[in-house]
Amino acid sequence: MPESSSSRSRKSAPTSAGKAVAVRRSSAVRAGTTAGVPAVAPVTPPGPPGRLAVRKTYKLFIGGAFPRSESGRTYLVDGDNAALASRKDARDAVVAARKAQPKWAGATAYNRGQVLYRVAEMLEARHAEFVACGVPAAEVDAAVDRWVWYAGWADKIAQVHGGANPVAGPFFNISAPEPTGVVGVVAPASFLGLVSVIAPAIVTGNTVVVLAPAPQAAIILAEVLATSDMPGGVVNILTGHPAETAPWLASHDDVNALDLTGVTDPALAADLERTAAGSLKRVVRPAGDPDFTADPGLTPMTSLLETKTVWHPKGF
Amino acid sequence: MTATTTSRLPDLSGSAFNLRSFLHGLPGVDKVGVEARAAALGTRSVKTSAKAAAIDLAIRMVDLTTLEGADTPGKVRALSAKALRPDPADPTCPPVAAVCVYPAMVPVAAEVLRGTGVHLASVATAFPSGQAPLDVKLADTRDAVAAGADEIDMVISRGAFLAGRYDHVYEEIVAVKEACGSAHLKVILETGELETYDNVRRASWLAMLAGADFIKTSTGKVPVAATLPVTLVMLEAVRDFRARTGRQVGVKPAGGIRTTKDAIKYLVLINETVGDDWLDPDWFRFGASSLLNDLLMQRTKLTTGHYAGPDYFTLD
Repeated sequence: MPESSSSRSRKSAPTSAGKAVAVRRSSAVRAGTTAGVPAVAPVTPPGPPGRLAVRKTYKLFIGGAFPRSESGRTYLVDGDNAALASRKDARDAVVAARKAQPKWAGATAYNRGQVLYRVAEMLEARHAEFVACGVPAAEVDAAVDRWVWYAGWADKIAQVHGGANPVAGPFFNISAPEPTGVVGVVAPASFLGLVSVIAPAIVTGNTVVVLAPAPQAAIILAEVLATSDMPGGVVNILTGHPAETAPWLASHDDVNALDLTGVTDPALAADLERTAAGSLKRVVRPAGDPDFTADPGLTPMTSLLETKTVWHPKGF
Repeated sequence: MTATTTSRLPDLSGSAFNLRSFLHGLPGVDKVGVEARAAALGTRSVKTSAKAAAIDLAIRMVDLTTLEGADTPGKVRALSAKALRPDPADPTCPPVAAVCVYPAMVPVAAEVLRGTGVHLASVATAFPSGQAPLDVKLADTRDAVAAGADEIDMVISRGAFLAGRYDHVYEEIVAVKEACGSAHLKVILETGELETYDNVRRASWLAMLAGADFIKTSTGKVPVAATLPVTLVMLEAVRDFRARTGRQVGVKPAGGIRTTKDAIKYLVLINETVGDDWLDPDWFRFGASSLLNDLLMQRTKLTTGHYAGPDYFTLD
């Protein structure tokens, strides 16, 4: 009898957790000695004295999963542990990116736009988390806006960057932009910069392996991507020292383009550019220090596109 | 089964009863043990110069296979050319062991391979089901040999084997072996359809007793193809067979081996089970098609120092 009354009271307990606890405790006390059931000890409210801190380890983001570095290495960033990516993590990330690429490029432009917009929604929802890890609120706003702006371009870039060509002959001649493939990206340290290099690459159907120098914001962004509709492998994020991993991406035969926006050391950038020439990669290397708050224009997207031109006979 | 047994084999020809009692007198396979052993041997780490040697050996052991209804003379010619020079960019890359095709494609491949040292294998005997009358199977075999095949991959009648008609299977292998003449005979057990390791051991012995030069795991046409534990059981069988009769028989796992990592696991398995004698293309083969490209990519990584991409290797 006391048992059933307690379960009924729990079932009918109001939604507030505090009240539910109160009801349970009082019914247990009532049941207490008579049914031989020991009374439940009062629940300690969560608070600083009795509770251990749950600290976060910032891991890598490869193929939609969050593995630790293959090397087992971590490094401290502002008191947080972050994974220190190795060349084999870069290799695995390229494999994941290559695997995801055909399906992502094959999705309709409208669908890619929707997925990107969904990512922007999730970014907005995690606004406070980015601010808590040190990104200024205005920069988070700008990043969300930037992401939405690129989401809109998904089904428009082909009209602006491609189209029918007038030719002297009985042909219908059309040029269409196609994604370059797998893009290795060395991201800038700022969050707006990170968003400004990832979004233009993936909106057109590329997949990316991003070397992010600022782990916290980058991995929170990875959590956003993992909980939105973005297919695993489209964006892969490696944290650590780009100087260590970037050369492996530059020389990798299965990487089609390299974005060096975040490389601050000109000697390293020149080196990477030379290495990338070995496999005829496209290389994006903006002159000077880019201002990410300015209107980016179409160049970030168009520099990672190939043009396919089709001659279609007509009038026979 | 211990390797030290030297007792002579009983006379098994012409007696279904003797054959049956012999095969059922073989000790049962410890399923848990063999799987644990194969898994443990699969964890060995093979690196640097040892890895380079293993990759070259694995390339020399590949039976480059195409067994599709859509095979054309052009595809077979391209595959045969690839067998001779797997990596045209690197003259130090060894040729593969053999090319494996359907009988109808043997003349095409023979044109390219004659006198090169690369063997020409042909599947025969109503591959892959083996469900045809004996005279059809023998004619199939003779035609393939006459067309230039020097290795014949036959399938056993799994239906007869599973029904317990061992003498039927035995006589069929003996007849096909005779039809082969000087050509080597590989007997496909199709282990994925034999259900138990005990059956794999019995089928291995049956094939060896009937005169097989090689025992091969699978056709590659059923979902379960070569696995490490099955290959381990077969390697133990050839080891014990040699210990009792003095005749060495080769082993060929086929189907589902796609990566260099897998191939190296098999090499470790040979080394630890039957030893150096079988670490040779004359006594161990990989039936594979996509494995070769992965081996070449890993080889390129070791020689050039950067990761290779599939775009740089031929598809067939």
